[in-house]
Amino acid sequence: MNAREEVLARIRSANASAARPIAEVPRDYAATGTRTPGTSEAVDLLEDRLVDYKATVTHAAAGAATAAIASALGTAQRVVVPPGLPVAWRPDLVECVVDDGLSAAELDRVDAAVTAATVACAVTGTIVLDGSPDQGRRAISLVPDRLVCVVRTDQIVETVPEMLARLEPTRPLTFISGPSATSDIELDRVEGVHGPRTLHVVLVAAET
Amino acid sequence: MTETFLGLPTTAPRGVGHLRGDRSFPAAAREALSDSQLRHNLAHATSTIRAKRARVVGEVDDWEPLRLAGEAIKTATMARLDEHLLTLEAAVTARGGVVHWARDANEANGIVTELVQATGETEVVKVKSMATQEIGLNEALAEAGIAAYETDLAELIVQLGDDQPSHILVPAIHRNRAEIREIFLREMPGVPRDLTDDPPALAEAARRHLRAKFLSAKVAVSGANFGIAETGTLLVVESEGNGRMCLTLPETLITVMGVEKLLPTWRDLEVFLQLLPRSSTGERMNPYTSAWTGVTPGDGPQAFHLVLLDNGRSAALADEVGRSALHCIRCSACLNVCPVYERTGGHAYGSVYPGPIGAVLSPQLTGVQDNASLPYASSLCGACFDVCPVRIDIPSILVDLRRRHVEETAAGGRVPSGEQVVMAAAAWVMSDVGRWRRAGRAGRLGRLLARRRGQIGTLPPPLSGWTTSRDLPAPPEETFRDWWARTRAPGR
Repeated sequence: MNAREEVLARIRSANASAARPIAEVPRDYAATGTRTPGTSEAVDLLEDRLVDYKATVTHAAAGAATAAIASALGTAQRVVVPPGLPVAWRPDLVECVVDDGLSAAELDRVDAAVTAATVACAVTGTIVLDGSPDQGRRAISLVPDRLVCVVRTDQIVETVPEMLARLEPTRPLTFISGPSATSDIELDRVEGVHGPRTLHVVLVAAET
Repeated sequence: MTETFLGLPTTAPRGVGHLRGDRSFPAAAREALSDSQLRHNLAHATSTIRAKRARVVGEVDDWEPLRLAGEAIKTATMARLDEHLLTLEAAVTARGGVVHWARDANEANGIVTELVQATGETEVVKVKSMATQEIGLNEALAEAGIAAYETDLAELIVQLGDDQPSHILVPAIHRNRAEIREIFLREMPGVPRDLTDDPPALAEAARRHLRAKFLSAKVAVSGANFGIAETGTLLVVESEGNGRMCLTLPETLITVMGVEKLLPTWRDLEVFLQLLPRSSTGERMNPYTSAWTGVTPGDGPQAFHLVLLDNGRSAALADEVGRSALHCIRCSACLNVCPVYERTGGHAYGSVYPGPIGAVLSPQLTGVQDNASLPYASSLCGACFDVCPVRIDIPSILVDLRRRHVEETAAGGRVPSGEQVVMAAAAWVMSDVGRWRRAGRAGRLGRLLARRRGQIGTLPPPLSGWTTSRDLPAPPEETFRDWWARTRAPGR
């Protein structure tokens, strides 16, 4: 018997000792919130939660994100962007590198990254990137020390179930809730370890 | 001799990994209790996290429905665990991953060692993982000449300090900031000599120390918080970004996952991604969660191996009462509220799984006789059940494990303990009214032993088991039965 067969046989034997009817899982928790996705109430809650976890938030009108992104980049001189980022969101005043499979060492010489997002969950202050062309490889939102993430307001939902329902699980997913942090010293939260130490979220009003 | 074919549970083997202590819990706890620095560090850290958890759990109106859903999902998953594992295997394989099965720690260590050797590398970076701690993977790799670098800050503190983890979530919880600074100054090459013990400065030192490792690592080893059977998706929940570094930058990723970490569907995650961060670090959501399914061309490791680990889990599954310990999602909330853990710390438990959940999980993975003192390392106050996000009834499992320990000891023909002698005598006395009355009156003799305060301070063995740590009140002059007969009996 190989290991696979033996482990499965052990599990079947353990489960065979009693009848195990499958009960329906009670899902009496909230699937949706009270805030309709994309409304100003959802946007306000997301901003509150992002700021609470030390992210910076700025707002931009539809089609007018360029200036907000430039300002969010601060003093960054070299910026990496994914190949599918809308051209209007590419910074034009600093050196802009379009990622074509940069090595980790090359990414380490870049000051900041700008990406779009897939969905944001307001109640937890979470933004999810899924590797789409406007979000790029996981490494570009990880290695540079500053991440500017552009979220359209129609991508903002209130609850965790709503967030997960909008995701395709087999894509490479990164859930980001604030800048990198640790609770490992005396169980108190400290921002800034291995991931980007600055997270700047630009909330762009959806096109109407 | 065959084992599993007959359905006999197979526990985790001896001589490998970190599930058994070299001393009993009371002996190890006595030493921990005399360390006032340790007790101060633990009291500070656990009270901090208890307050944070209570605050963020209080924000959630549907916390109880979420706990009930979490419990039900885990119960249902375990009942069909074999089917879900096969579904996961098929999904991971279809997406370019390779699935391996390991009966125990030795087999898992062997698989990982061979996989690393096949890459030609002699270094790996590691994401904090309870499963790889449990099987002693770092030691096994070291024997094969492979250096494993822990990248989680707390694991790094433990590794640099040549120490053992003492908490599921924060393995270095027993160290305060001043001790961490000393370890860094001593063990971290190139650390600035004027390093302060300010936590942001310590975090910055860790960032600099590991940066080059991350950028050059070719092989990473991780655990997994969840595996989604239907999609083959694996998840790592973390804070610092060291997990993302390991899961994203190397060419080869090897993940070791206990078979119990499965969730059947992607939708089930909506329950656990709400329960885990709030119970664990007391955050609404942890800073980073990574999810990956097999291999994604052009993004992240292009070789992915998943090692599915039994190592005593199927033995725990075979126990009708104890199997729910496998529902544990390793949040560590039960450690933080436990009055015993708060005072002794994690090392006293002798296993990588300390605290209340460790006291029920470790004896089941190893067999009760190999961790015989752990089921007694509890006051049964029930705080652990109250905070458990998946409602594991830890006190009931502890009591049942005590029963198993007593029965197995008796069946093994060992010399009965003092407690067993006393209990047998009590049962004989209490089963007959005349014996009980006479025993009550005889108890008055105990007054001869009492000191002036009306307390008995020392008794001879086996009764000394009680009086070594507590006084016994002197028996009253008159038994209750005699008092009743004198004052309330009919005809008076």
